[in-house]
Amino acid sequence: MKFSLTWLKDHFETEATLSEITDALNAIGLEVEGVEDPAQRLSGFTVAKVLTAAKHPDADKLQVLTVDTGAGDPLQVVCGAPNARAGMVGVLGQPGAVVPSNGMELRKSAIRGVESNGMMCSVRELELGEDHDGIIELPDDAPVGHNFADYNGSSPVIDVAITPNRPDCMGVYGIARDLAAAGLGTLKPIAFPSFTASGACPVEIRTDDPEGCPAFFGRVITGVKNGPSPDWLQQRLVSAGQRPISLLVDLTNYLMLAFGRPAHVYDLAKLSGPVVARRAKDGEQVLALNEKTYALDDSIVVIADDAQVHDIAGIMGGEDSGVQDDTTDVLLEIAYFDPARIGVTGRKLGLASDARTRFERGVDPAFLQDGLDLLTGLIVELAGGTASETEQAGAAPSEAKVVSFDTGLTARLGGVEVPADEQRRILESLDFGVSDRWEVTCPLRRNDIEGPADLVEEVVRIHGLDAVESVALPRMEGVARPTATPEQQLERKLRRAAAGAGLNEAITWSFISENEAATVGGGHWTLENPISEELKVMRPSLLPGLLSALKRNLDRGGSSIRLFEIGRRYLADGEYPALVCVMAGEKTGRNWAQGKAVSFDAFDAKSVCLELLQAAGAPVQKLMVMDEAGDFYHPGQSATLRLGPKNVLASFGAIHPAMLDTFGIDVPVVACGIHLDAIPAKKAGGKGKGGASFARPSFTPPALQAVTRDFAFLVPDALAAGDLLRAVKGADKANIVDARVFDLFTGDGVADGQKSLAIEVTLQPQDKSYKDADLKAIADAIVAAAAKQGAELRG
Amino acid sequence: MTELTSQKDASLAAIGAATTLDALEEQRVGALGKKGWVSLALKTLGQMSPDERKEAAPAIQAVRGEVAAAIEAKKAALEGAALEAQLASETIDLTLPAPSVPQGSIHPVSQVMDELAEIFADLGFAVATGPEIEDDWHNFTALNMDESHPARAMHDTFYFPDTAEDGGKLLLRTHTSPVQIRSMKAQGAPIRIIAPGRVYRSDSDATHTPMFHQVEGLVIDRDIHLGHLKWTLETFFKAFFEREDITLRLRPSYFPFTEPSVEFDVGYANEGNRRVVGGHGDDEGHDWMELGGSGMVNRRVLEFAGVDPDEYQGFAFGLGIDRIAMLKYGMNDLRAFFDGDPRWLSHYGFSPYDQPTLSAGVGVKS
Repeated sequence: MKFSLTWLKDHFETEATLSEITDALNAIGLEVEGVEDPAQRLSGFTVAKVLTAAKHPDADKLQVLTVDTGAGDPLQVVCGAPNARAGMVGVLGQPGAVVPSNGMELRKSAIRGVESNGMMCSVRELELGEDHDGIIELPDDAPVGHNFADYNGSSPVIDVAITPNRPDCMGVYGIARDLAAAGLGTLKPIAFPSFTASGACPVEIRTDDPEGCPAFFGRVITGVKNGPSPDWLQQRLVSAGQRPISLLVDLTNYLMLAFGRPAHVYDLAKLSGPVVARRAKDGEQVLALNEKTYALDDSIVVIADDAQVHDIAGIMGGEDSGVQDDTTDVLLEIAYFDPARIGVTGRKLGLASDARTRFERGVDPAFLQDGLDLLTGLIVELAGGTASETEQAGAAPSEAKVVSFDTGLTARLGGVEVPADEQRRILESLDFGVSDRWEVTCPLRRNDIEGPADLVEEVVRIHGLDAVESVALPRMEGVARPTATPEQQLERKLRRAAAGAGLNEAITWSFISENEAATVGGGHWTLENPISEELKVMRPSLLPGLLSALKRNLDRGGSSIRLFEIGRRYLADGEYPALVCVMAGEKTGRNWAQGKAVSFDAFDAKSVCLELLQAAGAPVQKLMVMDEAGDFYHPGQSATLRLGPKNVLASFGAIHPAMLDTFGIDVPVVACGIHLDAIPAKKAGGKGKGGASFARPSFTPPALQAVTRDFAFLVPDALAAGDLLRAVKGADKANIVDARVFDLFTGDGVADGQKSLAIEVTLQPQDKSYKDADLKAIADAIVAAAAKQGAELRG
Repeated sequence: MTELTSQKDASLAAIGAATTLDALEEQRVGALGKKGWVSLALKTLGQMSPDERKEAAPAIQAVRGEVAAAIEAKKAALEGAALEAQLASETIDLTLPAPSVPQGSIHPVSQVMDELAEIFADLGFAVATGPEIEDDWHNFTALNMDESHPARAMHDTFYFPDTAEDGGKLLLRTHTSPVQIRSMKAQGAPIRIIAPGRVYRSDSDATHTPMFHQVEGLVIDRDIHLGHLKWTLETFFKAFFEREDITLRLRPSYFPFTEPSVEFDVGYANEGNRRVVGGHGDDEGHDWMELGGSGMVNRRVLEFAGVDPDEYQGFAFGLGIDRIAMLKYGMNDLRAFFDGDPRWLSHYGFSPYDQPTLSAGVGVKS
């Protein structure tokens, strides 16, 4: 909330400077969000007197003035205002001053050939109001040469953020009280204008809903004269960012902004019968002061008369019974509403107001009659009229909370030693009652205090958090122990392996559009209140987000893009970690050595996939390459890697052209995805048997050299190379340590429906070298094993 | 003997004049070959008397040695020249580009999370995680924000139509604080954890994205107080920014889940267009910047999490990971974090070999 320094000083006697005050506000938990000093904006504008005014020789609407600035020779100023005339006192902006309304710096200039040394200003140019019919006219006795900001009484405006637990500081007076407790000055007593109440309240006041509206106080004032508010009131409201409306309205706003106490004024002429706080009836409506109509229901407390609803209790008044300029008789309402119900109603209606903010946080239950008297006094003083007695219906909560406090808790929780008598002083200065035995009675307005920890906070914030010394956390003996879980270690390792493989790590939104989710089988979680249709469904896969990123990059002219992301996929039964890589465009650009650019293909995806699985510690040698990678892959150029037929660890391949089309991508894309949760964990380390340990299985490189033998097989086209390799490797497990395909050929010399696969087999002799007979036996076993797969050794 | 000498001179001259290995070979055969003049001269020794032989043999042998050496030397010279000529013909333009190796990168958020884990591991904090699709109870109620709590409205929560088992709404966690509850429920007290992760608020403008990253810290033990909180934050920021002149300012604030509650600011200086953390915020050219919220865990929260508040107490804090990453590494646009532009990722990202370690300093200097 905003308030001017002048306003603060209405309630607070202090010698402190502005910066001391703002520092103190920050220190006690009333965070200063900004300070605006109109004096700074108005620097360079001074009170000046027009000595002479003559017609401009070349312009009908302009005059040439000589102006007394209070110092030195009079200045010549060209002015277009119709009210400029000799003898008047106004406001002069001299060269160098910046006009607040348009940010223009004034300069010495020539206007239609006549020198002008400044500008006489209008109210609007100085952002002091809307008036722009002429220049400002000051009283004749205004001190010529004086700084205009000073003369005008402009005062710095402080903007503080009030936390939801401190409704008592949602009025300037409450802020003054806190500052006084912090030792910055003295809180002045509230000045109640006196008035005489005569006669009973002519309107019956009632609360029919003691739960929603425990207290409803009212009073009638007859014979008031509404109109514009006096300057002091307007200035205060403007400093708070409120537009002055009329005296009666402004005074209720003043009560709220100065004392945190919302009130409402009804035009008595518009009311009929008793005025009652009650629940709305289903189907009732009210036209609120914001000119919107709200449909009400029986959970909402309203103020109504015999005819209609006049007020959404605690939130906003009704248009029909609002005061007008010609209003003469008014009913004042001061009530106490159940904070929780105000919050529910406000959320239900989607209606925010200054009153709601205060009521839902909790207004001071002890400031009903005082608030009413203060408002009455101000109205009678400024608008005249005769006040009735108060009619009180119900009563606000009056039972004060008592907390048994141990002053030692301040040190134990707050980490700072504060002497007991200082703790007492602080609490008492905030209106807490402190007994000899430290039974602390909380002021009713402090509904945030729940127990001793809250009192520690009061003491510590007023004493000063700067006094809290840093104290090292106790440290476990020795070197810090490892803390990362196996899952965290896996993620870290994979992340760095993927970056090491040349991929850039991206982070994409966890939510995607419904259409994008549909491409990967649909999402399980759809937001009720998404920020946009694009960010609506929790991703069941990381692929769509990465494809969208690819699309953006291709649109920006990217030609070779490698991205990966490690993140969660959100499935019906929970959130699971995944890694997805996408590679689009050119694997290698055209170049002098190889010529044409080479695009990524499914084997690039396979290569990355296996490299990452290897890094993850997955048993890569045991993985089976199987199909069914998913509909978003190219059906003939994709596969899954499985550990056993059902346990899918990863998938890889080219993305389906239809999928790319959906994302507007027109270059081939290959991808791989790894389900981190499917990778078997290493057995836990530690004391248990069979756990992972640092020591490796023992190993000595064989003394004898390995030998290689090549085999070329003719096999049916449909036979997977992997199946042949597995058969070959299995032919003699003692001697064959590796086998790899080094040639694949179809065409001349190979019959239709067949292909030639050449395999290099590595044999490792153990304790003695191979003899011809040994090698022949192994070769025979290999050929026999291959034959079972339908392979025939090529002659 | 003059014949031998003149033969030698002629032969040495011819060897010297040879320009090819073939010509040289011709000379070798003519001199040292089976029928060469040196070989023939050696054969004459057999017909000599021992005395004659004693006199003639060393001379012939000397000639043979001289010629053989000359041939060897010439051969080496010719071979060297040939190799040189061959190599000269093999010259390539090494200003041509070598095959490029793609350079991958680690996202700044991941890097900073690793830095956090490293620093806090030294202080004895483990890294905890929790679900992002949370229930109302863990995100709000157990953190002392019941249904009607005004602070709830400040959270701009994303909701799902689905409900949890207890009937509460499911939502996207608005902060990492529910991990406090889950961790305490799972392992009780004492506990020291940080919980980094994605959080969500229905808020989007130049400086806010609907998804961002936060880290939560929680220490619960018997005698933990605000002084420990201050030390922990100071110590962390000193280690993270690798500066000793970090100044922390605590300000009273309000969070339903802590009591007392404090916000923490650090001092910084404006250098050019950048905020550089360090120094006292009240010093000339300096100011304070709010980095996060914290406080002593509210006893109600401990109760909700199954920890006895009469036995245990402690602090919690939360701060924005994206924010401190930007401050440390100089990014100025949060939205770019989530765009996946390889140009940005390469520029602001990190080498996979920049694994943060305490011994090398957790940060990476450019």
